[in-house]
Amino acid sequence: MTVFGIILSAILTDNFVLSKFMGCCPFLGVSKEIPSSLGMGAAVIFVMLCSTAITYPVYVLLLMPLGLEYLQTIAFILIIAVFVQLVEIAVRRLLPPLYRALGIYLPLITTNCAVLGVTILNVDLFAASDSFLGGYLRALLYAGCAGIGFTLALLLFAGVRSRLESADIPEAFRGVPSTLIAASIVSMSFLAFNGIG
Amino acid sequence: MELLQTIGIPAAILAGIGLLSAILLTLAAKLLAVHEDPTVTALTEALPQANCGACGFTGCADYARAVAEGKAAVNLCKPGGTETAARLAEITGTEAGAVTPEIAVLHCRGDCKSAKRKCDYQGIESCAGAKLHFGGGNSCAHGCIGLGDCVRACPNGAISLKNGLADIQPGKCVACGLCIPACPNHLIALRPTAKHFDVRCSSPSPGKTVRLVCSHGCIGCRLCERKCLSHAVKVVNNLAVIDYNKCTGCGVCRDHCPTGAIACCEDTN
Repeated sequence: MTVFGIILSAILTDNFVLSKFMGCCPFLGVSKEIPSSLGMGAAVIFVMLCSTAITYPVYVLLLMPLGLEYLQTIAFILIIAVFVQLVEIAVRRLLPPLYRALGIYLPLITTNCAVLGVTILNVDLFAASDSFLGGYLRALLYAGCAGIGFTLALLLFAGVRSRLESADIPEAFRGVPSTLIAASIVSMSFLAFNGIG
Repeated sequence: MELLQTIGIPAAILAGIGLLSAILLTLAAKLLAVHEDPTVTALTEALPQANCGACGFTGCADYARAVAEGKAAVNLCKPGGTETAARLAEITGTEAGAVTPEIAVLHCRGDCKSAKRKCDYQGIESCAGAKLHFGGGNSCAHGCIGLGDCVRACPNGAISLKNGLADIQPGKCVACGLCIPACPNHLIALRPTAKHFDVRCSSPSPGKTVRLVCSHGCIGCRLCERKCLSHAVKVVNNLAVIDYNKCTGCGVCRDHCPTGAIACCEDTN
């Protein structure tokens, strides 16, 4: 995959929320207002990048040579959970303003499927590449762009929802039903990007 | 032997990762522990945890921090009242001073019986929305629209709609003031609980106009201004205003009001 192809597919065509349906929980939960969805998006980008930075070498340098690829899911869950905890402790002590901004979102995405999904997809896509460094950099790029795509979906949907708030919706559709219908329409609009990838 | 290898190596690797993680987390928790100021913790526990924001800080924890740093007075907590202020003062070792207990009152008495309707409003069920559409169904442009924006703003469920008029229950209101910005006609204000009497009208229109739309409106007759023993009531812009710093809570103004625009909290329509 070319660099441009990675960016395009991670943000638009293979958008994690709207095309792969991963991370639907925070997508529906934290998309009521634009500021909180920005905070959540920033936390997701950060966690995706960092967990890829750790899990990719573990997979390529430890699990692959030993032929233990099947351990990836359980090992990745363990690593990501521990890592998010570690980051939370460190940020709380070293960067209190950042903790106040991201703090409540970090535990929410500890074992989020979008985070686990991006790490597993990364090793599937890039672990077979020739040089370790080349694959590693591409995996990091993919993780970062997947996070940006997640934030984009969240922001777009927060905009839609803030308009839904003031709309006159029939009683039976108020709340979750109208939100889910709006989500399906937004995700259909992302299907149009499929032709580009 | 082969079985041992197929199970043993993966198990060892997982156990290794787990052990390494455990050591890392323990070290991080020990080295990077955040030392919370014990005063802040004690102050936070003494506060009512309503997180209403009436003190001007975002939540009880923020207020506790400001008090501990000496940036805020101890008597700002409205829901907690004098009791909480005394406890905060005890923790910080300062003088408490009294908190004047307040409640929110609606400065309108025009329910569906006393105020005339000019149309049947069928738009969005929100006062802010109705205000944009010619002020909603109420013929008084300054009165309660009665679609409950304040009801939704109240964190304690103290406000309900009664005959198309917001009804604030004094027992449940903690005077957090969150309903005040919610009202598009600015009808809600805080009043010291002990003073009992308030002007239940916000219309600056001349008396004749008020009489046409509402039987409980203030017509600006100045009877209250003349009868008040402590000169606390003034009629400004055709509307009686009570100065609670002078008001003694005697109720003479209410007894003389010809339309019932001045009422006490026990008065219902």
